[in-house]
Amino acid sequence: MSIEPLVWTTVCAVDDILPDTGVCALAEGRPVAVFRVGHTQFYAIDNVDPKSGASVLSRGLVGNLGKHVVVASPLYKNHFDLSDGVCLEAPEHSVRAHSVRVEDGRVLVALG
Amino acid sequence: MKIIVVGHGMVGHKFLEELHQLNLPHAEVSVLCEEPRPAYDRVHLSEFFAGKSAEDLSLVAPGFFGQTGFSLRLKARASAIDRRKKTVTTADGEVLAYDKLVLATGSVPFVPPVSGNDRADCFVYRTIEDLEGMTECGARSQSGVVVGGGLLGLECAKALRDLGLETHVVEFAPRLMAVQVDDDGGRVLRSKIEALGVQVHTNRNTVEITDGARARHRMVFADGSHLEADMIVFSAGIRPRDELARQHALAVGARGGIAVDDHCRTSDRDIYAIGECAAWKDQTFGLVAPGYEMARVAARHLAGQSDAAFAGADMSTKLKLMGVDVASIGDAQGKTPGCRSFRYADELKQIYKKIVTSADGKRLIGAVLVGNADEYGTLLQMAQNGIALPAAPEFLILPASDGQAKPGLGVDALPDSAQICSCNNVSKGQICAAVEGGATTIGELKACTKAGATCGGCVPLVTQVMKAEMARRGMAVNNHLCEHFAHSRQALYHLVRVGQIKTFDELLARHGQGLGCDICKPTAASILASCWNDFVLKDDLASLQDSNDYFLGNIQKDGSYSVVPRMAGGEVTPDGLIAVGQVAKKYGLYTKVTGGQRIDLFGARVEQLPFIWEELIAAGFESGHAYGKSLRTVKSCVGSTWCRYGVGDSVGLAVELENRYKGLRAPHKIKFGVSGCTRECAEAQGKDVGIIATDKGWNLYVCGNGGMKPRHAELLASDLSKEALVQLIDRFLMFYVRTADRLQRTSTWRDNLEGGLDYLKDVVLNDSLGLAAELEAQMQHVVDSYQCEWKTAVTTPDVRKRFRSFVNSDKADEHIVFVEERGQIRPARPDECPATPATGDAAELATTA
Ligand SMILES: Cc1cc2nc3c(=O)[nH]c(=O)nc-3n(C[C@H](O)[C@H](O)[C@H](O)COP(=O)(O)OP(=O)(O)OC[C@H]3O[C@@H](n4cnc5c(N)ncnc54)[C@H](O)[C@@H]3O)c2cc1C
Repeated sequence: MSIEPLVWTTVCAVDDILPDTGVCALAEGRPVAVFRVGHTQFYAIDNVDPKSGASVLSRGLVGNLGKHVVVASPLYKNHFDLSDGVCLEAPEHSVRAHSVRVEDGRVLVALG
Repeated sequence: MKIIVVGHGMVGHKFLEELHQLNLPHAEVSVLCEEPRPAYDRVHLSEFFAGKSAEDLSLVAPGFFGQTGFSLRLKARASAIDRRKKTVTTADGEVLAYDKLVLATGSVPFVPPVSGNDRADCFVYRTIEDLEGMTECGARSQSGVVVGGGLLGLECAKALRDLGLETHVVEFAPRLMAVQVDDDGGRVLRSKIEALGVQVHTNRNTVEITDGARARHRMVFADGSHLEADMIVFSAGIRPRDELARQHALAVGARGGIAVDDHCRTSDRDIYAIGECAAWKDQTFGLVAPGYEMARVAARHLAGQSDAAFAGADMSTKLKLMGVDVASIGDAQGKTPGCRSFRYADELKQIYKKIVTSADGKRLIGAVLVGNADEYGTLLQMAQNGIALPAAPEFLILPASDGQAKPGLGVDALPDSAQICSCNNVSKGQICAAVEGGATTIGELKACTKAGATCGGCVPLVTQVMKAEMARRGMAVNNHLCEHFAHSRQALYHLVRVGQIKTFDELLARHGQGLGCDICKPTAASILASCWNDFVLKDDLASLQDSNDYFLGNIQKDGSYSVVPRMAGGEVTPDGLIAVGQVAKKYGLYTKVTGGQRIDLFGARVEQLPFIWEELIAAGFESGHAYGKSLRTVKSCVGSTWCRYGVGDSVGLAVELENRYKGLRAPHKIKFGVSGCTRECAEAQGKDVGIIATDKGWNLYVCGNGGMKPRHAELLASDLSKEALVQLIDRFLMFYVRTADRLQRTSTWRDNLEGGLDYLKDVVLNDSLGLAAELEAQMQHVVDSYQCEWKTAVTTPDVRKRFRSFVNSDKADEHIVFVEERGQIRPARPDECPATPATGDAAELATTA
């Protein structure tokens, strides 16, 4: 077993993301939806909505359903848990969740 | 078995429906219908004046005759019966054989035998043809008189009033609705009717109708007085159509009507009679509910269920006139020996209520309600189910004093067998079963049980039963918006307005919990916009907007957006058209003309949107709000400016209205139409707000819909000046914005509105809630604070920078791929895409979607 180090990509400044919205960033060529929930909480999941194949999840509305912090796909309104990418309505349509951290007012994303 | 049904009216058709459900093998059913069209809803005939068409009123489900194999002959009157040979002959000479014959011939209006009663422009009120004639005559008349002050006469008077005529009612008896109401109630009713602008003349016995001096007719009364009017409508009661029975020696009742036994059989065992033409125990019934019950009994009996029996019917009634509540239950006049009555009268508010109880005071046997009939449902149930009265029954009709709840019925007290809807014989148990089956709104209940779908009088009670059953099942009776707000949309609207709340965070902090979601955020965004009309992409509002509102475009299945510039009234200059074409060409957009008379440009990526709009704005265009739950378009025909038939300038009005209401955020999208004449080329009656030019101004129709569930708009007011029109639309729209549920179009809102069109008219025309000035002021605020959202967006750098595919790259989104078709682009299908990481998933969509 080999442990691969995470590859961190700086995607934008914290202030580039309006609280409670998302943006789409390219990380190693992959479109990733990066969300800012409230002022300080950040999440990243795949941007492509498996149900439609369109690269749109960053444009969904964020909120919570019960315990899950979610984004609703802007196309078919199915909800994705931001912490693990699971699609609540249809788990077979889940997406990958990625790592995010903030450093010096910048947002960094790593795939995986 | 050959079955012939004579008469395809309300009851005849109910019989066919019942027969169909019983699934009788080898039944060969022929229906003779004298009228030129299949059965329609006579109970709601007056709505024909409000814009309902003959098709809207039809009672026959599409495909009914095809499905059942029953054969229907229109304009076919049965003229003779040969009981020995068992045949029926039609007026055209066709001879049909039967094994069983069902007479459902209804009634004819009674026309008093006075000389001159057959003059031109004298009418009765029974069929669609009668109403067509009245409409035509009304247009060339100044005044009208209705002969007869009963239930139907008053309804007819209201219709004449709505046609804009000076209206009179002439009644033989000393009071209106003499059958249902007592003297005191009659007095209150009279002043209510007079307040509608109808002049009432009681104690008048017409002896002659002659030429008038100032109007077409003069009615001369027994006391020597007279009254002149241009048209006359007789509504002086009905007579059963028993002529076939009389001709062919079937027994008739003492006061007319074809005599029937408990199984609705006539004196000939193979002939049944049902509905208004039948006399049971010498009694005829001029209401639809007893007729429907007879139809059920006859169908069952004919199918071999020998125990099916008719047991008489309740003649309680409620008048369905706007602003005038009148109801009568059971022994309203208190004729039962030893009975007691309790009365309450309020001369200021013009309310009169009376209940009649049994001698021992334990049971309710009758009631009269005038001016306010809120207790009708409760009292009716108490009377019908023999429910024990409270110790002080007077409190049932006294107004509730502060804090004290009125002794309600508590629908829980009703047995499951209690009949809630008498028109369609729907019991409490059936409503509860429908709730269990998932019907949780009045609209759904109506659709699946028909409860409340005929006269509508029981709707409040149906609602009560529905809510009680939902509560009992632990179903959310609440209309809570979502888990974050324990409030309905209407309540939230109120909280926002009264609390002067300007942001979602504040709303959530004061009235909600959690983070919010994709239900409550757009709802709050819409409410905030309706109330305060701030720029929707302001920092503290942007995160609430659905993707469409956030990018001010309509998201398409591939994640690209479409662009729709406003073309008010569908009007566009050649230069404008060229500019739109040039933008489309430059950005390679797919171009299509919409149903709303404007042009939709598809296939723009988010980062292209500001550039596209910059160019459109420079060419003089504004946002078309095609992305918003807001006013879309005002469709119009060219109107009197060009059209040789045009009566009004429909384009001019459409442009003005579109510019007035553009940008108004609402619970759902809103569409208008303006037609320049009754040819209705703009299809205005299929719109939320429809306007049709008349030679006296504009007619305003509301709550129509095309699309998934077409609904004809209803006439709200006629012959309006432009100022009056705008005022009413202001009120109507703001009342809708205030009270509708999220994503409820005006048509569904209207269908679920308790009190229906009459209530809506009351609020909008008569200002019954005292809200009109406020609604108008709110609309004016929205109009005055309009801005083109795209103009603000492209000129505000912080907002403009949100329009990008990637926050860290200028690349284009490679998931958006087009191919060419018919000379334009379209999104590539998965099998046409070059391999991208998403191809596999997209292919899956194609198979699962
Ligand atoms: C304006 C108006 C409002 C009303 N409001 C209410 C209300 O609020 N509540 C209520 O309960 N009731 C109301 N009624 C009464 C209700 O409409 C009638 O009770 C109901 O229509 C009776 O149904 P029916 O089938 O017996 O008669 P109809 O509906 O009159 O049908 C009889 C049909 O038989 C046809 N016919 C007759 N003779 C022949 C023949 N020889 N051959 C072929 N066809 C023939 C007639 O042309 C007619 O089409 C209202 C009626 C009117 C006119």
